[in-house]
Amino acid sequence: MRHIISILIENEAGALSRVSGLFSARAFNIESLTVAPTEDASLSRMTIVSTGSDDVIEQITKQLNKLIDVVKVVDLSEAAHIERELMLVKVRAAGKDREEMKRIADIFRGRIIDVTDSTYVIELTGNGSKLDAFLEAIDRSLILETVRTGVSGIGRGDRILKV
Amino acid sequence: MQLTGAEIVIRCLQEEKVEYVFGYPGGSVLYIYDELFKQDKFKHVLVRHEQAAVHAADAYSRSSNKIGVCMVTSGPGVTNAVTGIATAHMDSVPMVIISGQVPTAYIGQDAFQECDTVGITRPCVKHNFLVKDVRDLAITLKKAFYIAKTGRPGPVLVDIPKDITNQKCEFEYPKTIAMRSYNPVVKGHSGQIKKAVQMLLEAKRPMIYAGGGVILSDAAERLVKLARTLGYPVTNTLMGLGGYPATDKQWLGMLGMHGTYEANMAMQNCDVLIAVGARFDDRVIGNPAHFAEVSRKIIHIDIDPSSISKRVKVDVPIVGNLPDVLDELQKLLAASAGVPDSKALAAWWKQIDEWRAKKSLRYKQGKEIIMPQYVVEKLYEVTGGEAFITSDVGQHQMWAAQYYKFDKPRRWINSGGLGTMGVGLPYAMGVRFANPKATVACITGEASIQMNIQELSTAKQFRLPIKIINLNNRYLGMVRQWQQMFHGNRYAESYVDALPDFVKLAESYGHVGMKIERPADVEPALREAFTKHKNDLVFMDFLTDQTANVYPMVAAGKGLSEMILAEEL
Repeated sequence: MRHIISILIENEAGALSRVSGLFSARAFNIESLTVAPTEDASLSRMTIVSTGSDDVIEQITKQLNKLIDVVKVVDLSEAAHIERELMLVKVRAAGKDREEMKRIADIFRGRIIDVTDSTYVIELTGNGSKLDAFLEAIDRSLILETVRTGVSGIGRGDRILKV
Repeated sequence: MQLTGAEIVIRCLQEEKVEYVFGYPGGSVLYIYDELFKQDKFKHVLVRHEQAAVHAADAYSRSSNKIGVCMVTSGPGVTNAVTGIATAHMDSVPMVIISGQVPTAYIGQDAFQECDTVGITRPCVKHNFLVKDVRDLAITLKKAFYIAKTGRPGPVLVDIPKDITNQKCEFEYPKTIAMRSYNPVVKGHSGQIKKAVQMLLEAKRPMIYAGGGVILSDAAERLVKLARTLGYPVTNTLMGLGGYPATDKQWLGMLGMHGTYEANMAMQNCDVLIAVGARFDDRVIGNPAHFAEVSRKIIHIDIDPSSISKRVKVDVPIVGNLPDVLDELQKLLAASAGVPDSKALAAWWKQIDEWRAKKSLRYKQGKEIIMPQYVVEKLYEVTGGEAFITSDVGQHQMWAAQYYKFDKPRRWINSGGLGTMGVGLPYAMGVRFANPKATVACITGEASIQMNIQELSTAKQFRLPIKIINLNNRYLGMVRQWQQMFHGNRYAESYVDALPDFVKLAESYGHVGMKIERPADVEPALREAFTKHKNDLVFMDFLTDQTANVYPMVAAGKGLSEMILAEEL
């Protein structure tokens, strides 16, 4: 099962390596990991996407909680939540492909944020499967470069992860 | 008052009432050593290798429940210490390690004696810090001591760059500490404890399985009280020995890979199991699938939530500090209307007595060759069971665990989790510093002892009257045993060749050496060592049977009740 785990962690040097080191040392799986400071600069928020049986996910959350710098851990996927990922795609956009690329970007509500006479950079946000679908929808040979941020997630409604 | 970083380190250690620092100086810690030189509130023990400093601090802690402290320099000082730190970490021993680091401006420049200390030690400490500002130094050390001893204890490392130790700032040692990210649970959940009481009283074939947590949290007396109230059988893990008196009739011996027949059979066949500060590890329950074949209810008390339901599914998890949880359990038990099912219990004890009748620790001592088990039994008799016993790792460790009957906690000091050869002698040193009047014996083998043999020099300098019981079978005995049993008698690299003359070796360090070759000489030699040479370090080299194996044995991957017994061979 795929799980989205949100972590509030002290914004200290080496905090990221404590978390990533834990995952590799205990053979837990990381699909994606994002991290940045929160509105309180002393805290960082991490979102980790991992897969594993319920027992494994239980161990992951327990082990994360055991890290001294970790303030809070929540398995977002336990209840209603939103997940988003940002992707930047550089595509070849010349000749007949130029119009087609613009059209597909529009359909996916992507934005073209850089233009040259032969390329576009398209910005797209959504959950992982939407981004995958976009990559499927365009001609693969036109993709020059992709970069994805990994998933960020937040609980819906009153579910708040805060100190 | 403005103090330098080095002065602050010393002041913090004094504030923490540290008695001994085990260490080894070097470039990066010179300012600290300079301040250490100027004070006399605590003593420094100069070891001969940093690994031994950590082991000694570790045993100091294990044998006293005070925090062991060690100090090493940057680079090789730290890398030498890593084995010791990992050893303490695996056995949850509270310790503070202070390491020097190259000056902050040099970090990352591949400077002389630089290494990424925080990175290298991160997976084998409870927590570590790199101090980047002298104003953070005091609070960081305060946190280190606090983290080391609270919750599930463990080693904490503080890495201090050299320039920080020479900068000045205002010093004030914080009285208390609060960390929003670290609040270990103490009290267990009352509802869960209530459930546990009920489950315990409904048991027909109950079993108490107690681990190292009982020792670490000083809960032995409470465990005894609980066991006596209920009248249930008790087993200890390797780490838990001494947590319940080994001479008590309710004690079934150690369980696990080399556990007694009765302990393993009772563990496997019980219907209600209460795990107290233990973690169901692979050397204890064998194959978890085989263990799960018998259905039983499990109550698990542990301070560390991640130890619960890690390898074995648990019915009643109780997270909390053992003494607090056991107190509440006892209180609820007293208040409960129920009592243990005496009829079922009598039948269960009858069954256990039948298992006991197998006498699974039996061995034969002939007239010619010394059996290693015999040496441990005689050591027990000669020391009246009152000694602190440290061991190294291998067959001798198991024999020590099986044949020395520990009635008190913190008397049995060994590396259970990491299984580190070479701990025995530095452990004995640490024990003696923490317990200056105690009788201390180190049960070891000719291979293990050579892994930290240089500490004979430290032992001489500090006049530590340790008795080294070297069970010398000229083999890496446990390796040889596995090769015999599982690798077709091919003894790859397990013969220990070119041994030194241990008697002369001991004498060259200024100690007493003895070589014992015949069974009849074992007891007289031990008596001589512990009386005539009471105040000397005595290296006792016992030439023992080369083919002796440790039994019972549960082969790796096998079920707990699938034991190989000595008599079956």
